[in-house]
Amino acid sequence: MRYAMAIDTKRCVGCADCVVACQTENNVPEGYCRDWIVEETIGAFPELQLEIRSERCNHCADSPCVRCCPTGASHYEEGGVVLVNHDECIGCKACIASCPYDARFVHPEGYVDKCTFCIHRVREGKNPACVDVCPTHAMIFGDVDDRNSDISKALRTRKYKTLIPEAGTEPHVFYLL
Amino acid sequence: MNDIAITSGRMNHGVDPVLHAWSWEIPLYLYLGGLVAGILFFSAFFYLRRREDVFPTAIKTAPLFTPFMLAIGLLALFLDLTHKLYFWRLYTTIRWESPMSWGAWTLMVIFPLSIIWAAFWVKDVFPRWDWKFSFIANTVNYLARFKVYFAWALIAFSAILGMYTGILLSAFNARPFWNTSILGPLFLVSGLSTGAAFILLLSKSPAERHRFSQIDSFLIGTEIFLIIHMFMGFLASTSVHIHAAEMFLGGPYTAVFWTLVVGLGLAVPLFIEIMELRGVKVPVVIPAILVLFGGLMLRFVVVDAGQSSRWLYKFMEQLVF
Repeated sequence: MRYAMAIDTKRCVGCADCVVACQTENNVPEGYCRDWIVEETIGAFPELQLEIRSERCNHCADSPCVRCCPTGASHYEEGGVVLVNHDECIGCKACIASCPYDARFVHPEGYVDKCTFCIHRVREGKNPACVDVCPTHAMIFGDVDDRNSDISKALRTRKYKTLIPEAGTEPHVFYLL
Repeated sequence: MNDIAITSGRMNHGVDPVLHAWSWEIPLYLYLGGLVAGILFFSAFFYLRRREDVFPTAIKTAPLFTPFMLAIGLLALFLDLTHKLYFWRLYTTIRWESPMSWGAWTLMVIFPLSIIWAAFWVKDVFPRWDWKFSFIANTVNYLARFKVYFAWALIAFSAILGMYTGILLSAFNARPFWNTSILGPLFLVSGLSTGAAFILLLSKSPAERHRFSQIDSFLIGTEIFLIIHMFMGFLASTSVHIHAAEMFLGGPYTAVFWTLVVGLGLAVPLFIEIMELRGVKVPVVIPAILVLFGGLMLRFVVVDAGQSSRWLYKFMEQLVF
């Protein structure tokens, strides 16, 4: 089993519903976010192209944050989900420095926080909150090891990219093009 | 050519502006760690070569400062933690993949070693020193029988301490400016150089000053060589590494790095020390203080620039400290 997320850049309108849903579902304190929208405009006016991405922790298969954590607080859960154990985190911030996606932040309570793929919901058979609220159905969550899952089908039938694969972390959030 | 404009929704005040995770605490600790590594290395090395009469400052006086320097460094490290009450978690695991983990264990060894090593020399430096409690005096006297073993342990652990402060940073692939294996040797050499400068600052013996001026000049030369090598490596690497180097070659860190670190911290003291070795009378305090200052600036600049260099969101690049 290997959980992953695919985000359709052709469908995403950048409404930031995913951001708000995440903040609500996970009690993310004000002024912080575990996911965010990036709008990338390429070209020179009037010839422009726009790509909108909902970004978050990439739950990398070779995560530098897990590697550099001195206490083992950052670890892999089932399905390759990267989580932080709050009681083991000392707040040294090595993982923040190690993440090429800048997906982590220090929670006001002191420990380091990040996207969990809503593992508490996934364990109940639900989708992550961001996926469920997406009004354009731009996001697919699932098991890429299961050939019949929606995400496997999408990755077979569509072109996709990951962010900075050259950083060598094997990211597992895919952007459908 | 195409322009790329990025609008980011990351501008929550808790997220992007604080992604400079490490501020003054970490560079101060890296500096003190390197300085202590340098002092202890020279002390143990010249002790093993039985030069106590020739280099009394290096062997006996300078190590007395190291427990206090390490204590300040450790305090800085502790202040940097955001989940402070859980710091003991560092010592419930050993994670070989994490430089920070084995750095924490190295400190656990070298801090007591530095205290014991300093205790050996207190009576030589302060002849009227009284340990007050006889069991302390007895313990110090007992351990002093194994001085040679302590010296060998200090050589090993001071080298690890000096190297690891650089390796800690170079292990971060996510920060292109840190991601160079030169950083380990560079910080080690810089630590030895600041250690030599500290001994120079304290020393009153002309023979000792002369020798440590020679050592320091050699180390400064090596440091300049390593810095040139580091930039050559970056410029021959991938686009993010070239971009990281460009922060120092015209970018925001150019002035602070080339004037404070390379100019005042390396080139000027090297020039003065060479003049001195050739017989020109210059107060030795000047190059020594410049080297100590340059070492501190090197840590600040490298820690700050590393966090500014990134793969994504390059618009966040800025000088923060």
